[in-house]
Amino acid sequence: MTGLDIAFGVLAIVGIAAALAVVLLRDVFRAALSLILCFLSVAGIYVTLSADFLAAVQVLIYVGAISVLIILAIMLTRDVQRGSPSGRLRVPAFIVAILFLGVVSFTLINTPWQISGLAPLEPTTAALASRLFGEGGFILAIEIAAVLLLAAILGAIVLVREK
Amino acid sequence: MAIGLEHYLILAAILFSIGLYGALAKRNAIVILMSIEIMLIAVSITMVAFSRYIVPLLLTGQVFAIFIMVVAAAEAAVGLAIIIAIYRSRETVDATRIDLMKW
Repeated sequence: MTGLDIAFGVLAIVGIAAALAVVLLRDVFRAALSLILCFLSVAGIYVTLSADFLAAVQVLIYVGAISVLIILAIMLTRDVQRGSPSGRLRVPAFIVAILFLGVVSFTLINTPWQISGLAPLEPTTAALASRLFGEGGFILAIEIAAVLLLAAILGAIVLVREK
Repeated sequence: MAIGLEHYLILAAILFSIGLYGALAKRNAIVILMSIEIMLIAVSITMVAFSRYIVPLLLTGQVFAIFIMVVAAAEAAVGLAIIIAIYRSRETVDATRIDLMKW
């Protein structure tokens, strides 16, 4: 057991427990807090995958921005005392989720992945930038992403504005 | 036992299943959105794990993860705005009672 294995185990357990808390807790605000914990542990998982830039962006965007947005929405919709009860579909949803997990696990354990023995690239920030913006990169996709974000911001403003 | 690709994929599958259960079973629309975020994050873990173990020098999966992040941010902003707008007009975020388009 190396340090990386122990880190992966701890982060995986924390992440799964936090995700379970999101769907099982009745208090919506506590669910949002455990969602933040889940985001943080996923950032740690990215570090164990030697994706340092993604880990930093994960903390900035998910832990910093999206969680604040979610908590703001919870505060604005004062349904907190009602909590987050499960609907009538709880048992079928549980069966579907377990079936999905079983099928996916069976498939990915029985697939012969072509694992490369090379050491991962580190640090990734500069390499990622040249991959995104360099020759044969993703310039068009980045422009589309920028337009998508602009449209999302405008749409959110139009939707929430008081008439 | 060294941690390999399968461990990350199984972790991602477990997170995705938890998110799937939450998105199907919960009634609070905000909790449904949070479950969808968990599902998106599980897919990101899968992408980064494939990138790390199968093409460690190309970073293709990390590019995918960045675009997933962009779309997740846009989705969260618009989704929460829709929920707030619905709450303003109907005084509820219960997804079973938001049935305006149900016939």
